[in-house]
Amino acid sequence: MKRIYFDHAATTPVDKKVMKAMKPYFCDVFGNPSSLHSFGQEAMKAVDEARNKVAKFLNCDREEVIFTSGATEANNLAIRGVLKSEIRNQKSGTDNKLHVITTAFEHPAVLETVKDLEKSGLIEASYVMPGADGIVKTEDIEKEIRDNTILVSVMYVNNEIGTIQPIKEISEVIKRMNEGRPNKILFHIDAVQAALYCEMKVGELGVDLLAMSGHKIYGPKGIGVLYVKKSVKLKPIQTGGHHEFGLRAGTLNTPLIAGMGRAVELIKKRNTKKVAESRDYLWTKLQRNISGIKLNGEMVRRVPSNLNVSILGVEGEALLLGLDMEGIAISTGSACSSGSLEPSHVLMAIGLSHEEAHGSLRITLGEENNESECDELIKKLTPLVERFRQMAPKTE
Amino acid sequence: MYSKIVLEHFQNPHNQGKMEEADCVGQVGNPVCGDIMKLYLKIRVEDRDKPVEERVIEDIKFETLGCGAAIASTSMLTDLVKGKTIGAALKVTKQEIADALGGLPAVKIHCSVLATEALEEAVKQLK
Repeated sequence: MKRIYFDHAATTPVDKKVMKAMKPYFCDVFGNPSSLHSFGQEAMKAVDEARNKVAKFLNCDREEVIFTSGATEANNLAIRGVLKSEIRNQKSGTDNKLHVITTAFEHPAVLETVKDLEKSGLIEASYVMPGADGIVKTEDIEKEIRDNTILVSVMYVNNEIGTIQPIKEISEVIKRMNEGRPNKILFHIDAVQAALYCEMKVGELGVDLLAMSGHKIYGPKGIGVLYVKKSVKLKPIQTGGHHEFGLRAGTLNTPLIAGMGRAVELIKKRNTKKVAESRDYLWTKLQRNISGIKLNGEMVRRVPSNLNVSILGVEGEALLLGLDMEGIAISTGSACSSGSLEPSHVLMAIGLSHEEAHGSLRITLGEENNESECDELIKKLTPLVERFRQMAPKTE
Repeated sequence: MYSKIVLEHFQNPHNQGKMEEADCVGQVGNPVCGDIMKLYLKIRVEDRDKPVEERVIEDIKFETLGCGAAIASTSMLTDLVKGKTIGAALKVTKQEIADALGGLPAVKIHCSVLATEALEEAVKQLK
C-alpha cells in the first residue's frame, strides 16, 4: 500500500542531503569536538560550520547560537535560565515574585515549564488568551505587563492551527515598555513551526531568545537551537562542562549538529509555493466534498503547510484510525487521541466547543505532497465521514 | 497501538445500527472526551413476565459518536451479551471487554465503560 504523510507539524522526513551531511560524523570523524587533538578538531570544524550556518540564517553572531537536544530543552533553557539569572539579581529580602507572561495555547514545552515554575512558587504567570482567529492580540500582552515582569514568551506559529503571531509588533511594545525601565523585560519566542515559512532574522523580529528544532525542518530529531542575544544574562540549567559558551553542558553531538546546520542552510531552497498550492487545493476540495466542515483559526495569517478543520458529527480519532488503515497519516485534537483525555488546549483556547474539538483534524503538508495525494485523501476521507455519521445516534 | 481484534471490530463493527421497536434504549455520553453511546435491546418474547435479571437479550444494536476504541469495545460487548440473560450481561466488566479485544491501551479502557454504562441505562427502562 502506498502511504501518504500529512503530519509534517509532528515531524518531517530527514532530507537526504541532510543525511549525507551527518553521515561522516558517526564512524569516521568521531572525535570529541572538545578534544585538542586532530580527531577532536576535525569534529569541531563541523560544529563551527554548522554554527555559522545557523548564525547566518538567524542573522546573529555565532556566539549567540546554543545547540541543545531539541526545542523542548531550548525552551526550558530560555525560560528557566532567565529566571535563574533574574532571581540571583533580585535583592535579598524582597518577597516580590517575578512575573512571566505567556499565552494559553503554547506548546507544552513552554506552557508546562511556566506552569511548573508557577506551581513551585518561583513566579507569577499570566496566560494570555488568543482570539477565535488563533492570533494573540499585542494589546492583550501589553495589558499584562507589570513592574515585576521579567519575561514574555510567545510562540511564533501555533503548532496545531498554524496561525502566525504578531512577534514584531509585540517586540516593539516590549521595547517601548523597556525604555527607562530598570529591570528590562526579555522576549522569548518558540519558533519551531515558523522556521520554514517565516522571517527568522532575530534583529528584524526584535527577540532576545528564540528556540528552533531540527526535525520540523527536514533535519534530524534530538537537536535544537536556542538563540541567546549577547546582552541577555542566562544561567545554565544543567551542570557539567563548559560547552556551548558555558550555557549547555554536555558533549557536542557532532552528527546532529552538522545535520541541523545543513537543514537550516536548505530552508531557502524549499518549495513553499508548492506547499501553499497543495494546501489551498485541499481546502477547496474538502469544502466541496464534505458538509459541516469548518476551518479552525484564520487562513491569512497562517503558515502554508497547515489545515486544521472540524468535521461536525464525527470523532477525530476514529477518522485518524480509519485513514491510517488506508495508509494516510493525519493528526487530531480530539480528547480521545490524547493521553490526558482532554481535548486540545489550543482548540479550547480559541473557543471551540467540545463537539468541534471532538471532530478536529490537523492536516500538515510538506513539499513532497502533491495534488494527487490531496485527491487521495479526499477519496478516503469522504466515505469515512459518511460512515461515522451514519453510525452516530441521531439527535432527536 | 490497537490490537488486530480491535481493528477488525473497528472496520466491521458487529450489531451496529438502529433498532426499530426496541424494548429498551440506553444512551450515555462521556462528558470528558465527548463520546456518545446508544444501545438498543430486544428481549425474548417469552421472557417478558420473568424477573428482569432472568430475561434473555435476543438482539442488541448500537450507535455511537466515538473513537476507535469506543466502536470496537461496544461491538465486542454486543457479541458478549447477545443471547445472555440481563443478569449475566450486566456482569460483563470493562476488563472482560478489553481482554476479549486482545487488550486496549490503558488510556482507552474508559471507552469500554461507555458500552457497559449504556447497557445499564437501557436495563433501567425495564425495571
